[in-house]
Amino acid sequence: MILAQQLLLGVLIGGLYGLAAAGLSLVFGVMRVLDVAHGELIMLGGYGTFWLVTLLGVDPFLALGLVIPGALALGVALYWGLFAFVVRADEATRVKNSLLIGFGLALALHALAVRLWTADERSVPTPYGGAVFTVAGLSIPAVRLLSLVLAFALILSLQLLLTRWRWGKAIRATAEDWQAALLTGIDVRRAYLLAFALGTALAGAAGTLVTIGYAVSPSIGLEWTLKALIVVVLAGLGSMPGTFVGGLVLGVAEAASAAAFGGPYREVVGLVIFVVVLVVRPRGLFGR
Amino acid sequence: MAGRPVATPLLALHGVEAAHGDVRAVSDVSLSVAAGEMVALLGPNGAGKSTLLACAAGLLRPRAGTIRFDGEDIAGVSAHRIVDLGLALVPEGRRLFGGMTVDENLELGAFAPRARAGAAAALERVFALFPVLAERRRQPVGTLSGGQQQMVAVGRALMTNPRLLMLDEPSLGIAPRLVTAIFEAVVAINRAGVGILLVEQNVHAALSLAHRGYVLENGRIVGEGSGAGLLGDPHVRRAYLGPLAVRE
Repeated sequence: MILAQQLLLGVLIGGLYGLAAAGLSLVFGVMRVLDVAHGELIMLGGYGTFWLVTLLGVDPFLALGLVIPGALALGVALYWGLFAFVVRADEATRVKNSLLIGFGLALALHALAVRLWTADERSVPTPYGGAVFTVAGLSIPAVRLLSLVLAFALILSLQLLLTRWRWGKAIRATAEDWQAALLTGIDVRRAYLLAFALGTALAGAAGTLVTIGYAVSPSIGLEWTLKALIVVVLAGLGSMPGTFVGGLVLGVAEAASAAAFGGPYREVVGLVIFVVVLVVRPRGLFGR
Repeated sequence: MAGRPVATPLLALHGVEAAHGDVRAVSDVSLSVAAGEMVALLGPNGAGKSTLLACAAGLLRPRAGTIRFDGEDIAGVSAHRIVDLGLALVPEGRRLFGGMTVDENLELGAFAPRARAGAAAALERVFALFPVLAERRRQPVGTLSGGQQQMVAVGRALMTNPRLLMLDEPSLGIAPRLVTAIFEAVVAINRAGVGILLVEQNVHAALSLAHRGYVLENGRIVGEGSGAGLLGDPHVRRAYLGPLAVRE
């Protein structure tokens, strides 16, 4: 029963891994740019939520409605300020340059967060924070369950955008073959901008849910970048629902290894998955 | 058209020089295609034919020279704008969006503003030209045969509503029966008033269909003339038609 409870908690955090990875996957898949500051964008989303809740008294989940547009705007600014220069280079150079820019951005955002919010861990109180459902002897924290549902809903919305919206299709076409996309009249720079802004918005939303269910501190960025990267490798590029499932798999695998080998090994399993997938199935579980 | 000489070419390359990295691919190339004309561009592998098409389509910026489309200098203009002006390219190897359906590939062809307005009519024209595609609209293009994929590639370019269509080796790696279908489609497109610039390994077919042709070797134009004239040219016969001419 204890094991089942731990696996359940693994599923609940796994949904957030999936959401964190979706943005990174979108940006990497479309722009061939590895944004290692993705975790710091999640962290900023978390602090945005913290401010909205503590300063303005907004309900934490309703804060999503403000964090997502704010993150979209931040994504546009970061694209024009930094990443628009990266995508001008050829694809091999892009990844290297994006790593340099990403690390620089991550350091800057980390320092900014310490300055604005101190290095202390912060969490947001929710009026219904303590509510717990009990199903078949398992306790399900209401807040984390709602977070999982919202994470899934966001992934589904992204999937709908990418398959139904005109520019969503353009983003997918650009991910498949950017030169062919140009030849059909798609402004691929705009597709890059939209993909980066959407990726940043997803990071912001993930930050909100992380802060509601767990906590935020200036140093969570690297950890979340790593989790997202592991899920992207595990799930492969090109399928958003696949990325969500990849997140759940990582969450459960972490819980299982913590149960089997003890808490300190929780972080190891992700790195093992990372290496094994790259060796055995480099395109990932759901990748093309 | 009033006031404009009929002889004004729709597409005109003048003194074009282009390179991939440090390797010079073409130098001092001048060629033109008039509105509604079909022109073949011939030459051995590596002569620079695809490089020239890439320059005209805006995928590669020429080092020197001018490229004019309908009088406007388009050298260095972004590829998606050139498509919107009415100059489309069916690239070598088709370059379809493999994870998407026939419908989605065709729909993306009409992405540019000018094409979007006439998308429905353009789709009907594509299905009239390639009826088999109408039966496979929801099928992922990755599951089609090579010939059918080429039809989607030509169809996708037609969806951009081009005034001039450039085709790079449309018969490459396709079953002979479907090669005929592709060539017939190209002729039909041309008859409908769309200019054609055709790069083709099948020299005999290309010169039989085209009004004029150019021969490109080592990055330079070494011959030009009418289709029939080039078919009779001793150098062209020796270099490109030798084995074929005997066989036919």
